[in-house]
Amino acid sequence: MKSARKRVTACGRILLSFLLVTCSTFLSAQTFTFTAIPDQDETRLTERFGRVATYLSQQLGTEVRYIPVKSYPAAVAAFRNDQVQLAWFGGLTGVQARNLVPGSEAIAQGAEDTAFKTYFIAHSSTGLKAGDAFPAAIAGKSFTFGSKGSTSGRLMPEFFVREHFKKAPEQIFSRVGFSGDHSRTIALVQSGAYDVGVLNYTVWDEELKLGKIDTSKVSVIWTTPTYPDYQWSIRGDVDSKWGAGFKQKVQKALLEMKDPKLLEAFPRSAFVPAQNSDYAPIEDTAVSLGIMDEIM
Amino acid sequence: MVRTSLLFLLAALLCLPWADLQISTLDPWLELSRLGWGLLTPLPPSTPTLLDALANTLAFALQGVALGAVAGFWLALFYRWQWVRTLAAFIRSIHELFWALLFVQLVGLSSVAGVLAIAIPYAGTFAKIYGELFEEVDPAALEALPAGTSRLSAFFFTVLPPAWPHLLTYTRYRLECGIRSSAVLGFIGLPTVGFHLETALKQGMYSEAAALFYALVLVIVTLHLWMRRQLLPLYLLLALWWLPPAAQVNPTLVWQFFTVDIVPAPLRAGWDGAALWLWLQALWLKQIGPGLANTVVLGLIALVATSGVTLLTFPLVSRLFGNIFTRSTGHVFLVLMRSAPEYLLAFVGLLLWGPSMLPAIVALGLHNGAIIAHLVGHYSNELNLREDAVTGFNRYFYEVLPRVYRTFLAFTLYRFEILLRESAILGILGIPTLGFFIDSAFSEFRFDRALLLLLVTALLNMAVDMIARHLRRRLQLSTHPEDL
Repeated sequence: MKSARKRVTACGRILLSFLLVTCSTFLSAQTFTFTAIPDQDETRLTERFGRVATYLSQQLGTEVRYIPVKSYPAAVAAFRNDQVQLAWFGGLTGVQARNLVPGSEAIAQGAEDTAFKTYFIAHSSTGLKAGDAFPAAIAGKSFTFGSKGSTSGRLMPEFFVREHFKKAPEQIFSRVGFSGDHSRTIALVQSGAYDVGVLNYTVWDEELKLGKIDTSKVSVIWTTPTYPDYQWSIRGDVDSKWGAGFKQKVQKALLEMKDPKLLEAFPRSAFVPAQNSDYAPIEDTAVSLGIMDEIM
Repeated sequence: MVRTSLLFLLAALLCLPWADLQISTLDPWLELSRLGWGLLTPLPPSTPTLLDALANTLAFALQGVALGAVAGFWLALFYRWQWVRTLAAFIRSIHELFWALLFVQLVGLSSVAGVLAIAIPYAGTFAKIYGELFEEVDPAALEALPAGTSRLSAFFFTVLPPAWPHLLTYTRYRLECGIRSSAVLGFIGLPTVGFHLETALKQGMYSEAAALFYALVLVIVTLHLWMRRQLLPLYLLLALWWLPPAAQVNPTLVWQFFTVDIVPAPLRAGWDGAALWLWLQALWLKQIGPGLANTVVLGLIALVATSGVTLLTFPLVSRLFGNIFTRSTGHVFLVLMRSAPEYLLAFVGLLLWGPSMLPAIVALGLHNGAIIAHLVGHYSNELNLREDAVTGFNRYFYEVLPRVYRTFLAFTLYRFEILLRESAILGILGIPTLGFFIDSAFSEFRFDRALLLLLVTALLNMAVDMIARHLRRRLQLSTHPEDL
């Protein structure tokens, strides 16, 4: 009985220490942190964005850190919770994030992002051939998007598919999947797990250049019309934390990023200025597809 | 008992036409052979990465389970109150991954999010098991107390001591579960073993994945060696030192979450019954209805698959069958399957066979079947057969199976609730169960929908829990909850 009492007090002590520590939620002095939506092969992202962090540290004169996240919504959640102040978002994630964080702004986009494209790719066994017109023969095939929150891997291709067939993807294809990222979409179509897939054209071009795609098994069958995509978005409250003019400094550093080694992380040829209104078409499309509610 | 079993079998068969069991990869064998080769040639990532991931996994598990045990203990003290029982049933009916998705929104990807995600559902389970243990204590000592003894003293001196050993055994078992849960939280971004496992598996680096998996199994199977009661405070302090509670709490955001974000979209501008009705109708038709149906279909088929795996594999570890060699192999197989979280097995299955219910059924069946087979095997070791009892198939069907069937059924019904919880969560991987739609709602930042879907999931699990308990009672199957 005595030992039972001892155990009970031990329990109490543990409880107390938990209460104490949980209450004293401490916040360390903040490091300027950024993230990027995990849209391709993660191992490469960590290595490349590490270099970008070093570059930004030098340019901004303050410590800059990159944190990897597992999913598109996790990137937006980190931005919303101020765990990251700057993020490399896709068109749709950027719109979502800026709606959730009033005062945040798109400050730079890739030169390619002003006119971005989606590739429709197909496995060779489908017999689908490349053409200029929308590939109506994809009806009845199995079909994979990228991430649920992707602009080039979900939003825009879904828009073009619905526009052509006037039906929801589930009613057109024998199976609809979400691969998670663009590299994975290539792998799934190449292996034949899906007949048709849609993805970010820069990821395809880059993996093709690196010799990672077996073109006898998978090929591009259609290229969509262009739309605005990826951008750097920054929280509105950074100036109050890192000093007046900090936002401009970040924008300048991004626009002046010229080293090809750094740019290949994205992969982009250069960065150009961007603003929130550039992404109005993306927001309209998301609302029309029912992925977002109209902002009142 | 036979009738109940056949009823479940029939239900599962009726579900089959609705289950999508297609293998959609063209060459699953190639990928499977690469996976097999990876399992034979484990290659750890860098040692610091591995140790860091393991330390994080343990730290989340220890803190989460400890917090859950303390909270569950307090709830158990009031377990005779209906609302406490309902609260406990509710919080445990939502899977730790769903809690994590929710907390990541509220407190960011932080240690607090991970710890609470484990602690809350575990508190619900602890409350139930501890509460039942307290109720089962022989009341003789309590009745012998002099009048006027305070309730508190009565509890600490007559109820707690006899229940204590069971309580400890069960808590240690839950710590094992906690380590698995913690590993799985890595799949959505917390820095545990799952974080690296997900990357390695997705990238097809099976040797690296195998090394991470073996490390996780090693930690779990050696648990009884290093987890000593006296060392627990030390471990907890180490866990707190390694992973100090930190969170990114933004009061405005939290306030907005509760007052705006989770309010159904049509009601945000004011009460509008008609719009709410339309909103609910659309959600029911497109998400809740199909999600519920798929979750139940998957859960029922998985239950039958689990039973099949159990009945096939328990002889592997029973002294009544085979020899020392088959038994050792059997033990290794069951330990590997028991230690591998369903979520991980399903993730691998989806990579191999493409997105259908098949990998989910195999994953749920293997993991849960291995757990029950281990227990049934143990139970069968205590049977005394006649010296001249028949051997082989006849021994299995005429001597052993009838004797272990009651125990088998009890354990299987006990896992039913867990199977359904897991069926819902596997939706995150792309199978259209409730989890699929919950994941979509989170990725569209529609927390009102996410919350409604979570409530539906919780209600379904609570209903299944009730049905299973009712069946166990009707069939007079007694199981000691602390055994599972």
